Amino acid sequence: MAELFISVLVISGIAAGLALLLVLSEKTFQNYGPCKIVINDKKELTVEGGKSLLASLKAEKIFLPSACGGRGTCGVCKCKVLDGAGPLLPTETPFLNPQEQKDNIRLSCQVKVKKGLSIEIPAALFDIRLYQARFAEATNLTYDTKRFRFQLVEPATMNFTAGHYVQIACPVYKKGIEEVSRAYSIASDPKDNRFIDLIVRRVPNGICTTWMFDYLKAGDAVELVGPYGEFRLSDTQSPMVFIAGGSGMAPFVSILHQMRNVGSTRKAEYFFGGNGVRDLYLHEQMAEFEKNLSAFKFVPVVCKPSPEDNWQGQTGLVTDAVRKNFTDLSGHEGYLCGSPGMIDASIKVLIGLGMSEKNIYYDKFS
Amino acid sequence: MILFPSGSISSEVWLAVVTCFAAVFTQNILLSYFLGMCSFVAVSKEIKTAVGLGAAVVLVMTCTTVLNWMAYWWVLVPLKLEFYQFILFIIIIAAFVQFLEMVLDRYSPSLYLALGIFLPLITVNCAILGAVLWMVIRGYSLIVSTGFGFGCGVGWMMAIVAMAGIRQRLDESKIPAGLRGPAITLIIAGIMALAFVGFTGVLQ
Repeated sequence: MAELFISVLVISGIAAGLALLLVLSEKTFQNYGPCKIVINDKKELTVEGGKSLLASLKAEKIFLPSACGGRGTCGVCKCKVLDGAGPLLPTETPFLNPQEQKDNIRLSCQVKVKKGLSIEIPAALFDIRLYQARFAEATNLTYDTKRFRFQLVEPATMNFTAGHYVQIACPVYKKGIEEVSRAYSIASDPKDNRFIDLIVRRVPNGICTTWMFDYLKAGDAVELVGPYGEFRLSDTQSPMVFIAGGSGMAPFVSILHQMRNVGSTRKAEYFFGGNGVRDLYLHEQMAEFEKNLSAFKFVPVVCKPSPEDNWQGQTGLVTDAVRKNFTDLSGHEGYLCGSPGMIDASIKVLIGLGMSEKNIYYDKFS
Repeated sequence: MILFPSGSISSEVWLAVVTCFAAVFTQNILLSYFLGMCSFVAVSKEIKTAVGLGAAVVLVMTCTTVLNWMAYWWVLVPLKLEFYQFILFIIIIAAFVQFLEMVLDRYSPSLYLALGIFLPLITVNCAILGAVLWMVIRGYSLIVSTGFGFGCGVGWMMAIVAMAGIRQRLDESKIPAGLRGPAITLIIAGIMALAFVGFTGVLQ
């Protein structure tokens, strides 16, 4: 009995001693003291060193975009570090092309703040902030897609441009789940800036979508960070082709609201693809936009309609429909939102029809 | 205790040198015992990274062999708790690797870039634990253990660097599709192991 006691005591003692050693060395070795971060040569922050640049900025309420939450897998949190970042890490190189490497672009989630840093970030990022919101309601759009409406609480309004996206923080809603955040395009009217609508398609076993579909209840508090993004209408008057699939509908709803708000007469044709008729949604809203916007046309395309659907519209892939409808797209602009496969295929078709590559704007899901 | 079991320190040192050479050539931990295969197959694509990982293994293996020797002979044996060796060895290896990573990160950024990024891979490298267990089974003294740990590390490093050199050349050759990647690597490892059998008898 005594032997058992001693053995347990000795092993726990050694383990505790080692753990203590690690904690102490973390306190001493990983303690870099206060570090100064200079942003755009203007703003100065003093942060506690030892954390990643992304996390340090987040603690100061400056939110660089990040889709993976700082794991170095998405490559979105790029930022220019002029001084103090140390050499480029092997974890960063896959995400940076040679030009970016030359321009001192770094992944802010991999750069550790060890001393004073001097960085450059787009001025618009200062407008990005954390919004406390309340989940208002969800509307079923298809069998697997819902529209979630959030009412902003603090701050009570968000000034966003149609096409922007927000990140929603998914809390630890059950055991064994890590806190994650996911990016969704805003699907609401920019004028009605007290509400944020997101169109979300359920991902089987997805951490965030499972929470939104199964756990989120009306009135629940939710944290949104945003608005982010570069996807938006250009300032030209060129005719446009919109292509989307699935929940890629979202930014276009917002863009169409925006066009209606300013009474745009710009020509736009919107090709929306679904596998079956059951994947299509928002027909009424699109019909309304067609009524209010003189030069807008909505073209739903069904890949494989079943006979009982009685589908009268276009069939095949959304890219086939684009090819059928246009012979020459030079002078047009393309706006795409959807899965990477769809976007890559669409870009090929648009360029094939004469659209210039720099006139193609897209928002790829990843 | 077998700190100096047979004779003087100088003969101990000589024994340590011999054991070290044996661990590199005749009893190479990778090519004779096939320990530490996972990182050997995964990280042997480029000579530069293979050298980095190899050097990290040499460092960690030498230090953990010494630390674990002390823990075994000075703590476990007196208390008759030898059966705890697996748990204790793993804890010590993991803690040491963590500690080393923090120190390197702080004091030597260049060394951290060269070795540090491989350290997390090493915690679970079975060659490290393998070397420690051999040292216990064979009853080496502290000095001999140090030589043995260093030799095992150098042997492992030599094998992975050689493999990386071969694999870099392999990029130019036509390999049947089904054999590309890990498959051909394992076959080559087998041939290298056969070559190392040739060293048997060099040391008695």
